[in-house]
Amino acid sequence: MIEVQNLVKDFGDNRAVDRVSFQVSKGEVLGFLGPNGAGKSTTMKMITGFLAPTEGDVLIDGKSVKENPLETKSLVGYLPETSASYHDMTVRDFLEFIAEVRGYASTKLSNLVDDIVKKCSLTDVEHQTIETLSKGYRQRVGFAQAILHDPPILILDEPTDGLDPNQKHEMRTLIREMGKTKCIILSTHILEEVDEVCSRVIIIAKGKIVADGTPEDLRKNSSMYNRVYLSVHKAKELAVSEKLTSLPNVEKVEVISENESGLQELFVYPNNKLNILSDVSKLAQTESWVIDSLSLDKIKLDQVFRLLTTQGEIQ
Amino acid sequence: MKNFKPVFKRELMSYFNSPVAYVFIITFLIATAGCTFYLGSFYEKMQADLSSFFMWHPWLYLFLIPAIGMRIWAEERKSGSIELLFTLPITITEAVLAKFAAAWAFVGVALLLTFPIVLTVNYLGNPDNGIILASYLGSFLMAGAYMAIACVTSALTKNQVISFVMSVIICFVLVLTGLGIFTQHLTNYVPIGVADFISMFSFTTHFNSLQRGVIDTRDIIFFVSIIASLLVANVLILEHKKHE
Repeated sequence: MIEVQNLVKDFGDNRAVDRVSFQVSKGEVLGFLGPNGAGKSTTMKMITGFLAPTEGDVLIDGKSVKENPLETKSLVGYLPETSASYHDMTVRDFLEFIAEVRGYASTKLSNLVDDIVKKCSLTDVEHQTIETLSKGYRQRVGFAQAILHDPPILILDEPTDGLDPNQKHEMRTLIREMGKTKCIILSTHILEEVDEVCSRVIIIAKGKIVADGTPEDLRKNSSMYNRVYLSVHKAKELAVSEKLTSLPNVEKVEVISENESGLQELFVYPNNKLNILSDVSKLAQTESWVIDSLSLDKIKLDQVFRLLTTQGEIQ
Repeated sequence: MKNFKPVFKRELMSYFNSPVAYVFIITFLIATAGCTFYLGSFYEKMQADLSSFFMWHPWLYLFLIPAIGMRIWAEERKSGSIELLFTLPITITEAVLAKFAAAWAFVGVALLLTFPIVLTVNYLGNPDNGIILASYLGSFLMAGAYMAIACVTSALTKNQVISFVMSVIICFVLVLTGLGIFTQHLTNYVPIGVADFISMFSFTTHFNSLQRGVIDTRDIIFFVSIIASLLVANVLILEHKKHE
């Protein structure tokens, strides 16, 4: 549905987006991650046709955004970063304006807006001007505007920004639900959101794609994958880390902390990302270590994110 | 052009949804009345015409129209709503025309509300209503030209103050070059031909000509082509910003 081809955007001498290419198909929810200023919003603005790329093109449903801007724009619903809207309008007037521009006949317009107002829980503020609304409501107005024409493609720039935890949950459920039948790209800073909503992730840093895959793929690619966390009471004569290092599939052992009572915490990194939990457990048994805790470390996506975006560990 | 209408409607509504409209209209009406009766000595002249009403329009527009026009694009850029507007299936040309037309129509409404002065002069005497009509047409066309300048300066910046100052300066130059005093002074430095040529591009020259009651197509073409070329420039500026 969306095909991004070698996209480049220069702002003066500064290259904001550097040869970015990817494809997203129907039924996918793509999470677009990256530090501030990495080029996420710029890429989204080029997909929606707001900014023209310096090089490259975006195809939407096979049609070039450059050459058929009106056609491609009508296939896309877009929630801009600032949830920008006309603040002097009431919610209803604003949505009616959008519906009219989206080509709905005035006879259908009213029902359509009624539906969307209900769907996005805007009934209470329907006749209020947008400038009087809280950030959460404004975000919902922006979202309502984006999904109003039931587009096959949704581009959402930080859709849960400014929402309270309940609203965030609601929004995520809605996105997941719509992701079944639509093609969605969303940018976010919240990594738990990615696990909850996205079927695929692209991480972008300094304008370049540094990772592309399912959230699980990203974890697998990380050097931390399958490392074992061990917390053990260290007897005086016992050299825990030496013993662990001598295991066949262990690459290295990292001591995280050691307190006065002799409790030592370690990470054991496997060779080739193998699962060595049982090996470590057997060793502990034969050595009769007093174990406090032993587990496969569940890597958080933000650790992977940090590694990729700060050290440029390109997969 | 199918999206001209919704954008035009939205823009025009936005004037009346904010205090801008009322402040503008009231200021305009008070200022025109004040200028006509006090500065223009409407009664003392004992003439049944509206020359003392129309003669102030170039000067009133000089400040009032940039004040209306300065926000047209600058505010969209500042608030970010331009991102919404240009990701909707609307062409830049449609948006430029609709926004300009709405602003111009709004000034048109203000101008129409000066009708009591027409009633007054008709009550007091027997004015040539043809001249009055031609003058209204001239004033409206001139307002369009001012507004087109304000649109362009507004598209250049997201700062409304800069936009306002730029358009006031440009409009001021275009008013000034048509004034007799200025042209006379100019002949001290350049040949008369050149001075006349410069004054040909002045709003004042063409507005004065329409005020005489002769609807000369050259004057109409002048204003229409000024407006058209400025709107083309406006489209190009926005197109350029997209590539920036």
